[in-house]
Amino acid sequence: MSRIGVLVCHCGENIGRTVDCASVARALGDLPGVAHAADYKYMCSDPGQLLVKQAIAEKKLDGVVVAACSPRMHEKTFRRACASAGMNAFLCEMANIREHCSWIHESRGDATEKAIALARAIVEKVKRNQPLSPIRIPIERRALVIGGGIAGIQAALDIAEGGREVVLVEKEPSIGGHMSQLSETFPTLDCSQCILTPRMVEAYQHPGIKLLAYSEVESVSGYIGNFEVKVRRKARSVDETRCNGCGECQAACPNKKIPSEFEQGLGKRSAIYVPFPQAVPNIPVIDRAHCALFRGRAKGLKKDACSKCKEACGRQAVDFDQQDTFTTVKVGAVVVATGYQLYSVGKQQPSDKLKGYGEYGYGTIPDVIDGLQFERLASASGPTGGKILRPSDGKEPKKIVFLQCIGSRDPAKGIEYCSKVCCMYVAKHTMLYRHKVHDGKAYVFYMDVRAAGKGYEEFARRAVEEEGAIYLRGRVSKLERTGNAIKVHGFDTLSGRPMVIDADMVVLATAMRPQPGIEALAQKLSVSCDGHGFINEAHPKLRPVETNTAGVFVAGACQAPRDIPDSVAMASGAASKVLGLFSNEELERDPTVAVVDETGCAGCFHCERVCPYGAVERKEIKDRKGVLLKVVATVNKGVCQGCGTCQATCPSKNVELQGFTDEQIFAAISAL
Amino acid sequence: MKLGYFPGCSLHSTAKEFDLSLKAVAGPLDVELEEIHDWSCCGSSSAHATDHLLSIALAARNLSLAEQQGLSQVMAPCAACFSRLATARHEMAHDEEQAELVRPMLARPFKNAVEVQNVVALLQGLAGRIKAKATPLTGLKVACYYGCLLVRPPEVAQFDDPEDPTSMEQVVAATGATAVRWSRRLDCCGAGFSLSRVGSVVRLGRAILEDAKASGAQAVVVACPMCHSNLDLRQSAMEARRASLGLPILFLTQLVGLALKLDPASLGLERHFVSAVGVMRALAAPAPQQLPATRG
Repeated sequence: MSRIGVLVCHCGENIGRTVDCASVARALGDLPGVAHAADYKYMCSDPGQLLVKQAIAEKKLDGVVVAACSPRMHEKTFRRACASAGMNAFLCEMANIREHCSWIHESRGDATEKAIALARAIVEKVKRNQPLSPIRIPIERRALVIGGGIAGIQAALDIAEGGREVVLVEKEPSIGGHMSQLSETFPTLDCSQCILTPRMVEAYQHPGIKLLAYSEVESVSGYIGNFEVKVRRKARSVDETRCNGCGECQAACPNKKIPSEFEQGLGKRSAIYVPFPQAVPNIPVIDRAHCALFRGRAKGLKKDACSKCKEACGRQAVDFDQQDTFTTVKVGAVVVATGYQLYSVGKQQPSDKLKGYGEYGYGTIPDVIDGLQFERLASASGPTGGKILRPSDGKEPKKIVFLQCIGSRDPAKGIEYCSKVCCMYVAKHTMLYRHKVHDGKAYVFYMDVRAAGKGYEEFARRAVEEEGAIYLRGRVSKLERTGNAIKVHGFDTLSGRPMVIDADMVVLATAMRPQPGIEALAQKLSVSCDGHGFINEAHPKLRPVETNTAGVFVAGACQAPRDIPDSVAMASGAASKVLGLFSNEELERDPTVAVVDETGCAGCFHCERVCPYGAVERKEIKDRKGVLLKVVATVNKGVCQGCGTCQATCPSKNVELQGFTDEQIFAAISAL
Repeated sequence: MKLGYFPGCSLHSTAKEFDLSLKAVAGPLDVELEEIHDWSCCGSSSAHATDHLLSIALAARNLSLAEQQGLSQVMAPCAACFSRLATARHEMAHDEEQAELVRPMLARPFKNAVEVQNVVALLQGLAGRIKAKATPLTGLKVACYYGCLLVRPPEVAQFDDPEDPTSMEQVVAATGATAVRWSRRLDCCGAGFSLSRVGSVVRLGRAILEDAKASGAQAVVVACPMCHSNLDLRQSAMEARRASLGLPILFLTQLVGLALKLDPASLGLERHFVSAVGVMRALAAPAPQQLPATRG
């Protein structure tokens, strides 16, 4: 006969108000196999826990049921208490009579009855609980950081400074991300390049960081502490070991008319190029889609159409025959920091969920540009050398209208969320513009000014009060090109009047969206994305840098729109989580994982197909002579998250989830 | 292709030429129009401004008649009729409470199974056929004017991009004419205020037509009787003490009819206040470079 102890908590008034806890204890005490039953006002408090420990010792209990709040709240607390009293922690369980009962019912009689039933079910389950011990897994103490923007750089540096190796993967030819494109940063107006490029160089030169630029994650297998990541190293067509970054090849390239991605299409680059002069690594890459030689080869020309870059290179670094290669790295943790892209304003949209603004003429009116393009115009290293000149005729615009919330906060366009950074950067843009064009007029159409952050509100006020930006609360219905000007038809909701402004240039503060391909990457890592493709954190408040896959962390704008300080803070948070994980040689995990009974397994592998975590593996069973008898499923305890899908799927009932066996669950249900 | 036809009051009166030209082009384009028997007011203007329930019930009555007639689609050329019928269909499908109030008023079974179409969508679908049969209206520059109700509200109209539509331009392209790029394609024409606030209608219409003119258009193409009457009837008032506009306002069906070489009289082209003769002449005259060498 079992000797179960039942401890009923009042949770102050939370449970006690609707559930008669004393009667629950009395009713449970009468059950066969229950050796002890008591109630107490705050069971999770120190004296409450003492009651649990005393009961275990005095009544020689072999199982404990705490009828209180959700196990998510206090299961760990009570299991720890039981363990300190010498009982196996997994013999202690909670019956949730708060969220599942007292909080949602009004009738005291009914609620008490339900609480008794819930507790009785768990008593029956605990009678069948087996002592379990935590699983221990060795950890590969090296981290993979995906994305070399400011978040990825920060995470990589922090982990490397903590003494652990880092592999930093960046898909572009250079690290630096979007921050390298920015001119000056809010709210201090310090130069983006000046604060970023030293960090880029530091990351590149750090002995603990291995930078794989122009590379992408091909596949990921394994689990926390033991990931195996295959990285595709895209062919640069330039030998990284030979190139010294002299730039002769770029000068020699005859095709210099390609719109530069780094300059957001406002500048041009050659077919062999370094994205920007401060690129890290400072090694060019051949854009094969635009290179005459590769285009010729694709057409089947026998003779190479051009090899000027190769001829110009003094170090024989240009290699037209380079192919993509693959490297496999073993890591214990992954930080995803893939950043963002801007919502495209035009009618062409990447998915049906999004709609563009045809009425703004983006793409057809050359002087309608987006925020990143304005950053390039304002940047000292930009296509205009830091002069604000409009793209159509190179003249200095005397009147610029900035439109906020383009895409953002507009469910009709498919994006309900606030992109968070636009209010601040628009305020910054008006200042940068006024600093460079003293007689210029900056108008801003806004919905609200959201300037929550240290020094942010002051900064936004400064744009209005000291720098003369004219803020108009309202939306713009359309942009119309009339002669050399752009007529901005808007509505000022504060004065209640329609406004028409003849602008020389219009800047659209477009929404932040996750990078293309984020969903494919998330799938490789078994992490989930929200409806917009942003990576889901494990808990929005308490676990913001973890994902729901153990060992995979998230930092920066791939999780939600983030500004630089947020991204850096998140990156450091993720890095400290990684270092915390790496502070142990082995990893301890909850033993609530699936176990296959190999004698009964028929090898149908339904479980393998349904497992969302890829935890089911195949195992060969051989006799002593090494003859293969059968192939069975086996669960990798490191990967299994204990969801139980395999258990429900197994046609021969040969998979059991430890701690949640069929026997336990059926006993609990029968007791209801 | 057989379609239910809901002319509405305008097409039997002020926009008679819309009705004429639609029927004229229907034949060559293999479209059979079957008028809804005993159709009544669509619920526009007076009804929907005074009693929402009445406006839905009136439109739903017409849809139920079409259903009774075994029609699966009803085409309402007038943009206001289209909007009312589409609104009724939308609300009867999405607002069960409202639908329960309306159903008993209809006095006949109603399954809400009839699709509502506008004339632009119809012609857009027939663009290939138009192009095949048309003698291209090469050299004619027109401005496509949508007004408000054809594409809005988007959840009701379920047609084209509400802020940057292109369907009319596609039809114009099929006729061989050129649709100019201009900005006021979706601006308000003043609609029902044509009689009560003439000043506003003139001011709004002038802005529209001046922009069309500045964009190089020789005519404006519309698909709404209300837009048509405001821009056509009030054009002389818009020109008062200003530069002359002289922009004929054509229904889209008339333009298609011209491309199909139909008799201008059968298209009602002589019924406009602003004469379309100029446009006709421009089309009749061969392009200058094709002129024979000058006499003598």
